[in-house]
Amino acid sequence: MHVLKSLVRQPTALFGLVIVLAVIVLAVAAPWIAPFDPDNQMFDGLSLEGAPLPPGGDFLLGTDTLGRDLFSRLLFGARTSLIIGLVANGIAVGIGLLVGIVAGYLRGFLGTLLMRFTDLMMAFPALLLAIVLAALLRPSLWIVAMVIAMVNWVQIARIVYTETRGLVERDFIMAERSLGAGHGRILFLHILPHLIPTAIVWGTLGIATTVLLEATLSFLGIGVQPPQPSWGNIIFESQSYFQAAPWLVFFPGAIILLTALSFNLVGDALRDILDPTQRGRG
Amino acid sequence: MFKRWLRQTTVATMVALAPMAAMAQSVTQGGDVVVTFKDDVTTLDPAIGYDWNNWSMIKSLFSRLMDYEPGTSKLVPSLAESFTVSPDGLTYTFKLRKGVKFSNGREMVASDVKYSIERAVDPKTQGPGAGFFGAIKGHEDLTAGKATGLEGITTPDAGTVVFTLSRPDATFLHVMAINFASVVPKEAVEAAGGDFGKKPVGSGTFTLKEWTIGQRLVFEKNPNYYVKDMPHVDKFTVEVGQEPLVALLRLQKGEVDIAGDGIPPAKFLEIKNSADGAKMIVDGEQLHTGYVTLNTKVKPFDNVKVRQAMNMAINKDRITRILNGRATPANQPLPPAMPGYDKGFKGYAYDVAKAKALLAEAGFPNGFETVLYSTNTDPQPRIAQAIQQDLAAVGVKAEVRALAQANVIAAGGTEGEAPMIWSGGMAWIADFPDASNFYGPILGCAGAVPGGWNWSWYCNKDLDARAVAADSMSDPAKGAERTAAWGKVFTDIMADAPWIPVINERRVVAKSMRMGGGDNIYIDPTRVINYDAIYVTK
Amino acid sequence: MAFLFFRRLVQIALILLGVAAITFLLLYALPADPARMIAGRSATAQTVANIRRELGLDQPFLVQFWTYLTNLLQGNLGRSYAQKTDVATLIVARLPATLTLMLAGIVVEVMLGLLLGTIAAVRRGGIVDRLVMMASFVGVSAPQFVVALLLLYVFAATLGWFPMSGYGTFAHVVLPALTLGVLGAGWYARMVRSAMIDVLNQDYVRTARAKGLSARRIIFRHALPNAILPIIAMIGIDIGQFMGGVVVVEAVYGWPGIGQLAWQAIQQVDIPIIMGVTLTSALAIVLGNLLADLIAPVIDPRIRTR
Repeated sequence: MHVLKSLVRQPTALFGLVIVLAVIVLAVAAPWIAPFDPDNQMFDGLSLEGAPLPPGGDFLLGTDTLGRDLFSRLLFGARTSLIIGLVANGIAVGIGLLVGIVAGYLRGFLGTLLMRFTDLMMAFPALLLAIVLAALLRPSLWIVAMVIAMVNWVQIARIVYTETRGLVERDFIMAERSLGAGHGRILFLHILPHLIPTAIVWGTLGIATTVLLEATLSFLGIGVQPPQPSWGNIIFESQSYFQAAPWLVFFPGAIILLTALSFNLVGDALRDILDPTQRGRG
Repeated sequence: MFKRWLRQTTVATMVALAPMAAMAQSVTQGGDVVVTFKDDVTTLDPAIGYDWNNWSMIKSLFSRLMDYEPGTSKLVPSLAESFTVSPDGLTYTFKLRKGVKFSNGREMVASDVKYSIERAVDPKTQGPGAGFFGAIKGHEDLTAGKATGLEGITTPDAGTVVFTLSRPDATFLHVMAINFASVVPKEAVEAAGGDFGKKPVGSGTFTLKEWTIGQRLVFEKNPNYYVKDMPHVDKFTVEVGQEPLVALLRLQKGEVDIAGDGIPPAKFLEIKNSADGAKMIVDGEQLHTGYVTLNTKVKPFDNVKVRQAMNMAINKDRITRILNGRATPANQPLPPAMPGYDKGFKGYAYDVAKAKALLAEAGFPNGFETVLYSTNTDPQPRIAQAIQQDLAAVGVKAEVRALAQANVIAAGGTEGEAPMIWSGGMAWIADFPDASNFYGPILGCAGAVPGGWNWSWYCNKDLDARAVAADSMSDPAKGAERTAAWGKVFTDIMADAPWIPVINERRVVAKSMRMGGGDNIYIDPTRVINYDAIYVTK
Repeated sequence: MAFLFFRRLVQIALILLGVAAITFLLLYALPADPARMIAGRSATAQTVANIRRELGLDQPFLVQFWTYLTNLLQGNLGRSYAQKTDVATLIVARLPATLTLMLAGIVVEVMLGLLLGTIAAVRRGGIVDRLVMMASFVGVSAPQFVVALLLLYVFAATLGWFPMSGYGTFAHVVLPALTLGVLGAGWYARMVRSAMIDVLNQDYVRTARAKGLSARRIIFRHALPNAILPIIAMIGIDIGQFMGGVVVVEAVYGWPGIGQLAWQAIQQVDIPIIMGVTLTSALAIVLGNLLADLIAPVIDPRIRTR
């Protein structure tokens, strides 16, 4: 409750929160709001020469290169992209925190082993991993989310590890330790809270990159399979049309941007509120 | 709009029909041309190169016994001065042109021809073209590693090559004109130590001057080429790694003369409708058919009625619209430009009601679920989605799987794996302009094997026998009869409907306004771009 | 120290071995068949079988991997299936271009990120801070392909300030480096800002400020050095990120680097090239991390004391 109150008090955070909630509501209510079936390739959705139609008229935001209503596709795409953004990023942050903290705090054999594994995964070009998984697995929304999580946790683990190492050397941890505090107490009461800002910064920023990574994966053949729309594949299908049909790039781009921005604003505010070292300091 | 398009097409046809001699008079010599491609050139070794972009470069670097008149599919002797065929069609004797020199200075002799073809067939070369020479006596022994040469090629003297075939092959002269039959000097191949593909030596119209890996290849005119005033340009530079969209922007600025990858869909209408559009777009027919394979070994496509219903369900006009009119609807496997194409054949008309009725007859009144494979580069997934929507209209729920090309090819060649495959992006131009090239690997029994390209897994012994019979008519006098026989094979196959022939895509190339030469030079039926015949007008 | 360094080298070798083994296994498990990609549509089954045999693809997995490893240890990366040339030659020919691009990209993003992040941290909460953060969000949220095309369209095609594609001069590197760097700069700006705000709120900085130290001195002597640690860690990680980014940027600007080589090899299932590029980028990433770990103690003495 306290968190929510603090959030609402900041205008930028409020703005972000409103947009995030609006996007969630629109995504959930997509079937009732969308004027057309998102997959319906309408014959009059293309000009006689086969060009997509600009915004206005029957189609609020215009049509795409197959004559489908862009507005309806964006609404339904929001569902796909939000699920991927939240699920994939949640998993990635979770794994990253766990591995980073354990390795940074414990060190020793287990810590070294974990970090070497992280190094191994990090040395692995993500693109290749994705392509091979594409060939081995049947592409679907959940597989895409999993692949993104597998690619993204590594960087978070590395950052968390570096920060944990820095924290462990700090005086207050040293003091706790000399007072005989157990590992659990130090980890959960002292180290984890300090890492929450990092987790939130990465968690929020990650949502935007996740949406973009999803688009790249669509291109590689393991994205969300057509015709199911996602913001990523909408923008990817049409990116080369930025001159001929700018709305196909502009609208999805602007929506991705706005949504990412909102998540960032909320995350940023949360960081200020949650960070114990900053509480009450404005 | 339509009128202008019509006029353009008429002009193109006239140019194609005009005798080459008349055109040659207005051709200017000299100039330096820049061509771009997205993909890097993998190799220029004629026994190995089989890509879309290196095909024409290899054509120009090397010469072969036979070749085609530029812009046409008319076979003419090239390195050969003349040739004779025995009445039984089993012996071909070629008299070589005298005084032809490789770019290393040595004169070409008959043993070079023998060496080059044996090299293309030898498994150690790892070349893709070995199968084309299957009719030459001794082919099996060489591919099985039991012999080191082909007994069917003999060289009675330095100026004569004799081929003995184990069976008549009506396409043999085409085979002698294919890239894999290019003549190479043995000493240069051996000196290159396996890197001949990067250091090619031939006797073609051009020589490779410079190759900066990943950036550019510079080809220079061969001054000793044995045909006067050929080629026309002094030099052409191929820049690789160039994104088609960027290549087009550069072409509009005058930095590029030919955008080899054509015009991306996003730019097509803009350029076509621009003031200079007509002068920059070359739009011509190629030997291409885009089709959907219906896997006869996967339920319910084992039922011919279902396959026929699928053929009636596709709205091909809409697909041509998605391609901005750069294609025409197809109704049979052969493309219209191929000898043997049946103009009178109607195929299956688009008829949703009839398709539904046929499906009900076959026991699927409520349709069924299936999977449609496609490659994942634009516009292929879009076309797959259009097909998906058409199928949904007759109750067939197809899941689209847009994958990398190699994965689609793997799925197609695995028995019982891929029910439907949209061929776009994979079915390239024919190797040579003969109907037989559209049968064996993709519709015949030989291709219906694991790892094959007959993704319908359709095997009709009766048609196979007719195909063999047609290919045995090697007497040129029977040419028309043979073509007709082939045409009938392809229309009869449609009764079994192993494919949905969807469209014949035209090829669209963008060239700068200073480039001269007819459209058929830029969309040559046997090459991609005919570098020998292009020229600069100012 | 020498022993530690040696141990690190052994670790690097083990990582590379791990990457090689995993990649080789994954490529082996792929359903796509390289022999068929070479053979093309018109090849007979016999031709495909012959090519497979000549490439050694008919051997069991362990035999193939062992052959690859023994060659690798002798410095032989093998020959490309499609190009029939030494993989090492192809990579060496293209590596300078990619390294140039990466270096330029890193310079752009670190400079921009440090500058913007510092400004934002100092002006925390103000309008400048908000504008900077907004700009960093825009950078972070923009699809790289679209940014590349937009820069190209505006600054090369329309204004003509820079060449549209190619390689060799300083003018050629500007737009690709900006495309790579601008996106990364958003991340850096945020990290720098977070780190600096943390530091600015530490008691010793507050004490310093209370003692009357000038703002500039606080930033340069106390805050900035502390913000550097996460940046160093980021650069190490970034090398991995760049390896993905260069594929897109190289494709748009016709940059002759290994990104384009890798992309084409993946399409052609040219396993020796994929292996070669994977190992090369893995090596670059591992060395980047090593560098980050070596530099960190120099800048942050707390780590050195352990």
